[in-house]
Amino acid sequence: MKITKEIIDLHGLKSEEYSKIKLLMNREPNYLELGIFSAMWNEHCSYKSSKIHLKKLPVKNKNVIQGPGENAGVIDIGDGDAIVFKIESHNHPSFIEPYQGAATGVGGILRDVFTMGARPIALLNSIHFGDPSNKKTKNLLNGVVSGIGGYGNCIGIPTVAGETKFNSTYNENILVNAMAVGLVNKKKIFYSKAKGINKAVVYVGSKTGRDGIHGASMASAEFDENSEDKKPTVQVGDPFTEKLLMEACLELMKKDSIISIQDMGAAGLTSSSVEMAYKGGLGIELDLDKIPCREENMSPYEMMLSESQERMLIILEDGKENEARQIFKKWDLDFVVIGKTTNTKNLSLKFKNEVVASIPIGALSSKAPLYDRKWVKKKLDKKKINIKEHKKIKFDKAFFELISSPNHSNKKWVTEQYDQMVMGDTIERSGSDAAIIKIHQKDKAIAMTVDSSANYCKSHPLSGGKQIVCESWRNLVSVGAKPIAITNCLNFGNPENPEIMGQFAENILGIKEACEFLDYPVVSGNVSFYNGTNNNNIYPTPVIGGVGLIKNLNKIQNHKFKKIDSQIMIIGKTFGHLGQSAFINELYDIHDGMPPEINLLNEKNNGEMILKLINSENINSVHDISSGGIILALAEMSISSQIGIKIQKPQKMSNIFEYFFGEDQGRYLIEIDKNNLTIVEKKLRENDIYFENIGITQKEYFELDKDLKIKVKELYELNNRWYNKFNGLNN
Amino acid sequence: MNSSVIVFPGSNCDRDVATALTNLQFKNKMVWHKDSELPKSDLIVIPGGFSYGDYLRSGAIAAKSNILKEVIKAANSGCLVLGICNGFQILIETGLLQGALLRNKNLKFVSKDINLKIINNENKFCNNYKKNSVISLNIAHNEGNYFTQKDHLKELEDNNLIPFKYCDVEGSINESSNPNGSLNNIAGILNNNKNILGMMPHPERMVDNLISNSNGIELFTSILS
Repeated sequence: MKITKEIIDLHGLKSEEYSKIKLLMNREPNYLELGIFSAMWNEHCSYKSSKIHLKKLPVKNKNVIQGPGENAGVIDIGDGDAIVFKIESHNHPSFIEPYQGAATGVGGILRDVFTMGARPIALLNSIHFGDPSNKKTKNLLNGVVSGIGGYGNCIGIPTVAGETKFNSTYNENILVNAMAVGLVNKKKIFYSKAKGINKAVVYVGSKTGRDGIHGASMASAEFDENSEDKKPTVQVGDPFTEKLLMEACLELMKKDSIISIQDMGAAGLTSSSVEMAYKGGLGIELDLDKIPCREENMSPYEMMLSESQERMLIILEDGKENEARQIFKKWDLDFVVIGKTTNTKNLSLKFKNEVVASIPIGALSSKAPLYDRKWVKKKLDKKKINIKEHKKIKFDKAFFELISSPNHSNKKWVTEQYDQMVMGDTIERSGSDAAIIKIHQKDKAIAMTVDSSANYCKSHPLSGGKQIVCESWRNLVSVGAKPIAITNCLNFGNPENPEIMGQFAENILGIKEACEFLDYPVVSGNVSFYNGTNNNNIYPTPVIGGVGLIKNLNKIQNHKFKKIDSQIMIIGKTFGHLGQSAFINELYDIHDGMPPEINLLNEKNNGEMILKLINSENINSVHDISSGGIILALAEMSISSQIGIKIQKPQKMSNIFEYFFGEDQGRYLIEIDKNNLTIVEKKLRENDIYFENIGITQKEYFELDKDLKIKVKELYELNNRWYNKFNGLNN
Repeated sequence: MNSSVIVFPGSNCDRDVATALTNLQFKNKMVWHKDSELPKSDLIVIPGGFSYGDYLRSGAIAAKSNILKEVIKAANSGCLVLGICNGFQILIETGLLQGALLRNKNLKFVSKDINLKIINNENKFCNNYKKNSVISLNIAHNEGNYFTQKDHLKELEDNNLIPFKYCDVEGSINESSNPNGSLNNIAGILNNNKNILGMMPHPERMVDNLISNSNGIELFTSILS
């Protein structure tokens, strides 16, 4: 087949990129080779627009075993144990086919974790949808939630935390980010780097079908009105087969047979084989007649570009074939030697005794295009929000409206579709500041959280970047965990637009600054560009997945009030910043203004103080203050414990709305036994930590001076009202 | 006491049950679905999960597996058999227990802590619970909506074959405390001989106060006593 300009366009390659291919190949590529280039050079696989920025991120601290560049990041949690984790996007497929898109997102991220030898122990997710009134939203929401649940529940990994958000910016491009966390013996971590010549390359798992062909290229372009037609590029998931594959791989990993292993994710067989060979400085030769195919007459092009799920590529030590084959036979999975490693540094594909493709490995990886795209700085939005200039609204009405709004309503209708308890080690589930999973049969635990703040990042990408890292850190601190490292999923619009590229570049700088200050490095992640339809880009939505360690199971805290008549205190200073707050956004429909400032020094001091107070068992409960300000945080503490509050307005307060709805950063609410109040206050003063006593816990009523009084029970109902209405349910 | 936990390729609560059993001093063995022999057992547990993927009716294929033939033999000769969640579905498919487990009434997977009222404790699985007490266990299933014929339902009620029903925190059994639409809020049933129990809630998830609560322990200690 002659390669025409049309064919090149269809493969998502620019004409200058095609010229580069000819130069690297020293000839015209054939159709198969062009397909392989397109699979490797697209944004999703090559990181061509993001790489130079990502390099700025801190990737090391004393706990990091493996940073970015492998299937997932790895951190040391002591006693020979390590935690493997990563977050990844599956936005485009989920918009086209919500159930399968979300399900295979979960499947893909799980493979990234067990490929490294870790048994997955937790799943998390961050999902963003359009306005609830948008006609697509309900179907997408229900499909995505069922898909996430369907996969995780079946394979038997608890889904323990996440966030579900709504904003019209996602009307035509939803976000589905899934994170997986696994546990591995530090000495038995597996990597993807191939070693040795003439080693058997083995294909294991499901058969290859025609699904997901060009999935990665589809995910590297904007949507238009024909995006529905892209359904065949979405893969179909089979969690049962994944379970078999996981158990078989983990069983084989107990032996000394594997040299390297890589899952077939985006760009399937192509990227897995190229990556393994490239990292090992080797070549690879595959015999495509041997590929187990699900459908008849599949062409080499289809085999190489299929993104059929639940497949792995393994390079085996000599003489270990039989041992390995037996394990896969036990689990009823395909096990086929499809090729070998070579010293040619070439990808060579044979089909029906002919060489059908021959490409230098380097051309597909290190020589892939790299762009320093033009970007512009975000102009500062200097508009000050003065609440007095706007319509008058009663405090209690405003609060009731916010707590029953889509974004702040209780999300148990989502989380109750996820098995959170399977594996028997879930200490804190969804709804807490962070989920906590006990390390099986040991006296320690890890805490995990996912966070994003698209509104902040949109209005000021630099402080937004700092804020999401801080919020993640704060959530871990709130449950008593020492934050260790993060994974990030960077969801942005079209990088060819200098403004979008500017959002990305500045956001990375913000993330970098906060990560460095808090010693909270990035160990894995994923970039998803081209989130948008017909030039409408989504708000920049980086999502942070954080992991922390709890060394003592007796020193865990949560946000549930424990007692009546204990003291409630705010740690950190309240200025009353309303710009980009939930209050001003949802109640006044005001979307400009700057997000709250981040003071990294205060953030660190306040957080470390909270950890000290938890460790000395001086406090009964802790909750970080985030979206919705103090009043929303108090409501969450009350609703989860069915204990009320009695709060006085502070005398120094300028405005009740600013004080209680403001979203100043670095703050926590703590509940203190009155007997411990003096000792806590003394510690805070000694460490120069700003605090304010604002009231006490009480029975039954949620009460703020004369401005608000409601039974906690009714508050709970308000908090649950929205979804039932949305889905036409009565209870 | 010797226990055996049956492991299908898609079982996912096998480790959880085994951990609970071992911690409570059972001598436990894991039994692979392709095996055709059962070790000596006083208790056989069919754990939760997705047996063979459950793409057909849940538990339908598992009920025809090699090892289930042995489980059926053992059950018929009086061995205690406990089916939890998918295990309950499998026991129904084998015919060892009667009725059907339909899709949840709201057509969604449901996972949450629910309350159960102990209706009948005069059986080997529940005698350590107080009659009419309320316990809290976790459920996680897509097909837990129990249904049976009128005459069988009467038989279950008359012969004390329903050990527990879904209830609210105060113990009242009503529609709003029914998480999946089960007939009469039934959460588990026994066979006529009372040596086979099928239940949707997961007792093995409630054996540690740090994780959740310890309301599941008495079910296992009842078996031990």
